[in-house]
Formats: sequence, C-alpha cells, structure tokens
Amino acid sequence: MSVQAPERERQELFPNKTEYQGLLSRRTRRARLFQAGCLLALTIAVLALATLLYTIINDSFGLVAIVNQNDPAAIVSDLGYDSETTGLADISYDEMVGLLEADVSSGVGRRLERDQRFYEDRLVFEDDATWAEICSSDTPPTGCTAGPRDQANVYSLVVERVVVADIIATNQLVPSLLDPQGFESEIATGFEAGRFPDYTIEQVHFEWRAWFNPTFLNTPQSSTPEVAGIRTAILGSAWLVLITILFAVPVGVAAAIYLVEYAKPSRLNDFIQTNINNLAGVPSIIYGMLGLAIFVRVLEPFTSGAIFTAGVPPSDNGRTIVAAGLTLGLLTLPVVIISSQEALKAVPDSLRHAGLALGATRWQTVRSQILPVALPGVLTGTILAVARAVGETAPLILVGAASFITTDPSGPFSKFTALPIQIFQWTSFPQEEFHNLAASASVALLLLLLTLNAAAVILRNRYSRRAE
Amino acid sequence: MTNETSTESRLNEMIEEPMTSEQENQAEPETRVVRPPGVIETKNMYVFYGDFMAVADVSLNFGKNEISALIGPSGCGKSTVLRSLNRMNDLVASARTEGEVHYHGENIYAEGVDPVEVRRTIGMVFQKPNPFPKSIFDNIAWGAKINGFRGNKSETEGLVQEALEGAALWDEVKDKLADSGYSLSGGQQQRLCIARAIATKPDVILMDEPCSALDPIATLRIEELMLELKENYSIIIVTHNMQQAARVSDRTAFFNVKLNDTGMRTGRLVEYSPTDQLFTSPTEKDTEDYITGRFG
Repeated sequence: MSVQAPERERQELFPNKTEYQGLLSRRTRRARLFQAGCLLALTIAVLALATLLYTIINDSFGLVAIVNQNDPAAIVSDLGYDSETTGLADISYDEMVGLLEADVSSGVGRRLERDQRFYEDRLVFEDDATWAEICSSDTPPTGCTAGPRDQANVYSLVVERVVVADIIATNQLVPSLLDPQGFESEIATGFEAGRFPDYTIEQVHFEWRAWFNPTFLNTPQSSTPEVAGIRTAILGSAWLVLITILFAVPVGVAAAIYLVEYAKPSRLNDFIQTNINNLAGVPSIIYGMLGLAIFVRVLEPFTSGAIFTAGVPPSDNGRTIVAAGLTLGLLTLPVVIISSQEALKAVPDSLRHAGLALGATRWQTVRSQILPVALPGVLTGTILAVARAVGETAPLILVGAASFITTDPSGPFSKFTALPIQIFQWTSFPQEEFHNLAASASVALLLLLLTLNAAAVILRNRYSRRAE
Repeated sequence: MTNETSTESRLNEMIEEPMTSEQENQAEPETRVVRPPGVIETKNMYVFYGDFMAVADVSLNFGKNEISALIGPSGCGKSTVLRSLNRMNDLVASARTEGEVHYHGENIYAEGVDPVEVRRTIGMVFQKPNPFPKSIFDNIAWGAKINGFRGNKSETEGLVQEALEGAALWDEVKDKLADSGYSLSGGQQQRLCIARAIATKPDVILMDEPCSALDPIATLRIEELMLELKENYSIIIVTHNMQQAARVSDRTAFFNVKLNDTGMRTGRLVEYSPTDQLFTSPTEKDTEDYITGRFG
C-alpha cells in the first residue's frame, strides 16, 4: 500500500455523515443477505434429512395384498376356538406344534428339528435312534445342543409353513393413507392382466402391515420375506460394537495420552501426528482390505478361534465377528485418538502444573486430574466414532460378513451378519417385499445410532456436571 | 560437587520425616554463624529457552523460615527463576537450566534426582488459583494420598483440617468440604491451593504472584497467611507489587532486564539484600529507579 498523502487530515479519511449512512445501509443489506444464505443452507440440510426419513418410513409401513394358503381364522376355528376372539398367535405351543406336524412334510420337519428341537424331552419329527446317531456324529446339528424353541419362534414357523401367507404386492405408507382404493384397483387390474397367475382375486385380502414390528426385530433372517427378521443382524452389530469399543477405546485413549501428555515436540512425533490425521481420512474399503489381509488371512488361527480350542475350531475360517470387529476398531482408532487428543488438550495446563507441583508423577496427574476432566470429550468423540463404524458396510463385505445366516452369533468367533449388510443384501433383491424389509432394517439401524448418540450426550452431561 | 546417592538419601529422609523448624535448628546450629546457609541456594544459574537466554548468572541464597521476594519489571525472568527452584521449568520442553540449585546443600539438578521428589518438598502456589475440579476435601487429600499418606479416614480428615487451618480457610469451609473447589471465591481458592500445598508437608513454598488475580482484601488475607506460614515454612514469592514485597518479605531480590550485545533481553539479578535496606537505601542505581517508580 502506498502511503496516503500525509498532509490530509486523519478525520477526512473517515466517511462524513451522509457517506456513512450510505455505507451503513449497504453493510446492513449484505449482512441480511448472508443471514438468508445461511438459513438456506440450513434448510437444504434439514430437507435432505427429512427426505431420508420420509423414504425409510414410507417403505416401512403400508398396505399389503396377501394371499393366505390357509386362512388363520379357519385354522383357529378348526381347533375349536372362536375365531372372533382368538387369534392364531393365542393358541398353545402344543397346538402350534400339532399344526406343524399335520401340515409340514417330514423332511422339512426333520430339518427344523435339527436346527432347534421343539421339546426338551421328546422328538416330534425325528426318531430317537436316528437322533442319537446324528448327534454323536462329528458334526452334530445345532438342535442337539441348543435349548427348545419358544412360543414366538414356533408361531413364526406356523405362519411361514402352515398359513403360508404370500404377500403378492405392497404399497407405501403415504399412498396407502391417501388413496387405499388406488392400491386395490391396481391389484385388480393386475389380476386382469394376468400378473398373478397362481391366485384368483377372491383369495386376496388387504391389510395394514408394519414391516417394522417387534417380531421383525426378534426373528432371524429368512428367505421368505413375510417372516424374515433382523435378530441375527442386530446381535451381529451389537457384537461388532462391543469388540470395536474394546479395541479402539483403550488403544486410542492411551495413544492420545502419550501424544498429548508425554511426547516432546520432535520430527518423529510430528510425523506420527500427521499420519494419524491422514488415517482418519482413509476410505473404509481400504480398512476392509487391511482387515481381510491381516485379520482374516494372517491371523486366521486367532480370528477363527482355532488357537483357543484343542479340537474343532468354532469357525472354519477367519471371517468371524472378531476379525470384523477389529477391522472396524482400526477404522475407528484414528478418530478416537484425534478426539481424545482434542479433549485432553482442552484441559488447562494449570491443572497439570497443580498436580505436578504437589509431587505427583505425570501418570498420577493424568489419571486423577486430567482424564476425569477430559472424559466427557473423550466419550463423546469415541461414541460418535463408533456410531459411524456401526453403519459401515464396505469393510464388512470385504472381511466376509455372511449374507444369509439364520443362527444367532454364539460368540466372538462365530460367523455373523450385521445390519448394514442385511440392508445392502435385501435392497439388491428384486422382490418388493425385501425393499420394505430393507427400509425397516434401516429404521432399526437409525434407532441404534440414535441410542448411541443419546448415550454420548447423557454421559457427557453427567460427567461435566460432576466436574463442576 | 555432590554425588547422587547422598542427594537421594537426603531427599528421602526429608520425605519420610519432614523436619519441623525446631528440629532443623537443632540439626544445624553450628552453621548459623553470620548468615545462615540458605534452604535453597542458586549458584551461577542460567536458564535458557532454546537459544534464548532468559536469565543469567543468578546466585541467590534463600533463608530458612524467611519470606524472600523476587521483584522486577516484566520479562526480567523472576518467574523463570522461581520455577527453576523446584524444577517446574522442566515442563517447558525447550527449557534448560545450567549452574546449580542447592537444596540443603544438594544440587537438585544433579543427575539421578527425581523432579517428583523435588516438587514434593518444594511446593508451589500459582498466579491464578488452580484448584482441581473436585471437592474441597479431595483437593487437599489427593496430594497427600499420591505421596503415600497411609492414614485412615479420620486421619485423612485430620490432615485436611490441619491444612485448611494452616491456610486460614477452615472456618469458612468446614461445613462444605464436599463442595467443589470451584464454588469458592478467588481468594478462598488461592488459600485452598495453599492448603493443598502444605498438606503434602513441604519444606519450602514457592509463590508465583499469588495475589495478582485477587482483590485487595483477599490479598491482605494471603499476606497475613504468609506471615503465619513463615513460622514453619520457607517462602519464596514473586510479586509485581512492590508494596507487597515491602510488607511481607524479609529479603528482596531485584531483577532487571539487560540487553546484551546481540539484542537478547536477558534477566539479571541486580541486588539482593534485606527488604528494608533494599527499599530504603538501595546500593544500585537501577534498583533505586525501579522502587521509586522511575521505570518498570
């Protein structure tokens, strides 16, 4: 800048009153414009979120056109109940098993029994001799060791195998609410056009269906969309969260403590810091490749659980919960380190000095004075990072989450599936019903994430209040 | 000079059994001839931050059960000197101390001396009150606990009461020991920090402008407290307030900034004498200019 003519008075360099008024109104206009721009940005963000929720909810509830092979009301009246007051779900366990015995082929029955038996003390489909034989074989089916089925389980079997409800078409929530007749006439047109050759229009009845319901949450995966659920996926995701936290939190927090409290500024430490920051930005699929190479392949004896058992390993390969959990843990680690570092750096140095001046060691100071103050920040960052990891799909696909699995994970060394995998899988199926299931599973996943975030907020508030 | 084992054993002795002033007097009566040997003595101490020489050639002798004040204009290195006396300056990554600092005749910068031990016997109170975000009770009990205090509940309570009484805070907080240390006023917080420091039974207490964040009444209380504490502890205080130095201290060291040939602003000790002498008849021109308000 050139030096302004020094002879000019300072006062002249400021605008006079009228000029100032003009400038002021220009400035005010610009300020309003920016305010409006920021509001617009916020609106876009909120709209995007609303659309997302709308899509998911829209697919999770709605009218369905169902054809029942056997009418539940008829089944109930055949058993001697009043079908007005008694639903199929209300009949006794024994009656349900009886229905299955009558309607299911013996081959299917034996398979069901081998998956899980109906009674602790007697067999329904299998005879005792064969049962003893298959249970003493090298690879006994799960039914030999697992406890008997429960009411809900057998009810879903009855619905699946006896009633055989076939959903032939589904409608979304909003059109179902606004124009229920439209869906019915659409189905009628479909029948006229021959879209449903197996049924007649008289067999069809319409009902409301909440795809997202307690049974859905508590039923294992199935190839029949009417009875498919996400229990295996929820349990798989829960195990993954657990292992991710167990790995990422101690390692991440300890690394952050070292970097903030102990590391002296040096080239090496700067290099490490930069790389941690970079690691946080590495795409998740690359972590998946790392997990596949290290946890699934190299560490297979560990991840398959082989080194913990003398005989048959819990899993025949390394594609287990542990491998996936550790992969997600690695993915989460940089974020945990960075957020813990920020939380630790936010603790004023005066507390460190106070501790050290009392003759405490650095560790005593960190442990008793610094960490408790930093804890809310550490927890918040960690939980948000873990919540992010729960929704990850790419690394799980690479590490080898099972796409179809009906048994609950039995421990860290079992095969597994997870919610995002399940959603991914169902979305890729052509049948409409699976898309509704995918939407419902998304609701479940969102609820899980909301729970985790709420936990973060609650913990933060609780600990910060305690620190006051 | 000194060897490590004797330094350590010496420090150990004091940690296990802090000496009271009478014991100390009995232990070293014959050495109190002209000027008693200092509890802390710096010998040609230089402190650097990286290449920057912050203070140069400081030789001071801080007396037992005396309050010694360090005064001087901003940037003269008086806080640096104070923080070097219990190795708190080690916490600054680039800081380096040369020369010797003797504590009861042992060099605390000798190899093998653990700064943790040094800081436990030479406690410190900071410019801004910095209580822990914990209860008043825990603020005081923690320092004792980490230093191996094995007392049971009632013994710990006794220790806390004694420390709070020592810091003239007991009457104000005895009914709310479970309250957070943050709930106290600034002056009370500072006395809490003093109580916390004396609960670990130190020998010397360093105070880095302990009243600069306090109002005049709180300041007065801290000053009264210092005069009481002098009975049992040796106190070294850095202060910006010359009146404060004049009111409380027995001896005063005046530091000044000197520009050297390379333009580096290095703090140097100008004069160190009994307080009344320094304020009434300073021997150095710089001191006189400073205390009469002609600069600084």
